[in-house]
Amino acid sequence: MDLKTQTGAASEPEAPTSTGAVKEVPAAAGDRDDGFTPERHVYRPHRVGLPPILPYARAVWRRRQFTFELSRTTLRSSHFNTVFGQLWLVINPLLLALVYFLLVEILRQRSGGAPFFAHLMAGLFVFYFFATAVNQGAKSVVGGGRLILNTAFPRTLLPLSSVVTAFMRFLPTLAIYAVMHAVAGLPVGFHLLWTIPIFTMIAVFASGVAMLFAAAQVYFRDLSSFLPYVTRIWLYASPILYYAEDVPERFKPILALNPLYPLLASWSDVLNQGQQPSAGLMLWGLAWALVAFVAGGLFFMSREREFAVRL
Amino acid sequence: MSGRTTDDASIRVENLSVTYRTSYERAPTLKSMLVRRGRGERTVREIEALQEVSFEVPHGAVLGLVGANGAGKSTLVRTVAGILPPTEGRVEVHGRVSTLLALGVGFNRNLTGRQNVVLGGLAAGLSRDELAEKYDEIAAFAELGEFMDLPMRTYSSGMYGRLAFSVAVHMDPDILLIDEALSVGDARFKRKSFEKMRELCAEARTIVLVTHALGSVRELCSKAIWLHKGRLAMCDEPAKVVEAYTRFLDVGESQEVLEDV
Repeated sequence: MDLKTQTGAASEPEAPTSTGAVKEVPAAAGDRDDGFTPERHVYRPHRVGLPPILPYARAVWRRRQFTFELSRTTLRSSHFNTVFGQLWLVINPLLLALVYFLLVEILRQRSGGAPFFAHLMAGLFVFYFFATAVNQGAKSVVGGGRLILNTAFPRTLLPLSSVVTAFMRFLPTLAIYAVMHAVAGLPVGFHLLWTIPIFTMIAVFASGVAMLFAAAQVYFRDLSSFLPYVTRIWLYASPILYYAEDVPERFKPILALNPLYPLLASWSDVLNQGQQPSAGLMLWGLAWALVAFVAGGLFFMSREREFAVRL
Repeated sequence: MSGRTTDDASIRVENLSVTYRTSYERAPTLKSMLVRRGRGERTVREIEALQEVSFEVPHGAVLGLVGANGAGKSTLVRTVAGILPPTEGRVEVHGRVSTLLALGVGFNRNLTGRQNVVLGGLAAGLSRDELAEKYDEIAAFAELGEFMDLPMRTYSSGMYGRLAFSVAVHMDPDILLIDEALSVGDARFKRKSFEKMRELCAEARTIVLVTHALGSVRELCSKAIWLHKGRLAMCDEPAKVVEAYTRFLDVGESQEVLEDV
């Protein structure tokens, strides 16, 4: 049994798929059940194309532990040398929210008060989850150089791990928000459960965009320099520093183009207004999430066999 | 269909060619691409790293791979490992492959040896339990002591190599690919790793050894291949290949070449 799991795991029936060749299934299916028969890989030339999706997905699933371990170590090492250490995970978003709140208060010249601050915080934190995932994800493949050169494994794990890292950074901000939510006296109830599907959709969308940019980064190394600006503009175009309802009519079409708009608007409706999200917005957000995930994933997978050569 | 032949060859390479397309630029950037497009030039250059290489390695054999720098040795090993796709031809591998490519284990020098071992193992597809089981063996064999919990940037290249070797041999590989890693260990560790490799061969595991230490090729290998500019120059008994290769190097079989260069 032990042997079997190992063969399954390290044998990469999928190695060819992740690295560049068509896999030939062993002649007899019986071969695979027999733990004594070493499995056989055939590597062949490939054109740019997709590896078989199912074995690929299985390989990703089998290595899920790698994803979590990678983000855990990244997280641990990133704040290792600073005085406040892990505390930065809390201080950072708090300062960020404060800065934006002051900025917006000055620009608007009227106070939105605590409920508005709660809205801003909720939106900002979830947006920074998205932005971190995408920014880190974009660097993940290029930064994983040695691992990619030396080990055959499904490369999608690298950007996906960035999403997990971003999620772990997001978790402590939830606690900060909870305090703000209570202070602002916003309603608490079962409607808050809606945040779970909304967040899931944002995470799926983030994964798709992260995979897209991770693959693109291999070909255009300056992408990671542009990205912070892209995400900043994206932030301004999202209903975070303002309520979606307050947007002047002539800017509405721009807002509608933003894939994050339906999800962020629902997010705020649930958390801030204490309402159920509208079905229309939810479906719209779901569509964007799925499109991004499928497109990003397919683009990444069709390119990933070239990464070892390009790095 | 393949019943008979699969039994005796653990690696079969047929007419393998690998062509890289690299650009002159250090890193592909948007600006350089625009400039290039503007001038209508293409900076992409094709490098034929391997051309029509064919050979077979039987189970339990140790294949020595010699050749000058840039002869395509590492490319060949990476193709066998399934990391690089072949451009033409076919590579057939029977069994689980473990790679020890030039100082391969640590991909993040800011992480400790332990974290690197765990991440590398998980990426290779081992489960957490299997890794926990093997970790002690790996650490013991590498003899790094407390260095296992220090960031790998504090390691000497010898320690790097020892950890890499230890990880590779403890992954229970059917096929072990070793790329110029032994030259960094000290004499004692080298002897120990030779013993370990012989042990693996006795269990009918296959080893591919890329090295510039022609002495080790003679001592360890049962077969040797000499690659020259991406082509198979010779595939024969280790002694013969070493002799021909040294003659080619025009230095004669001096002690200098037999030792690690």
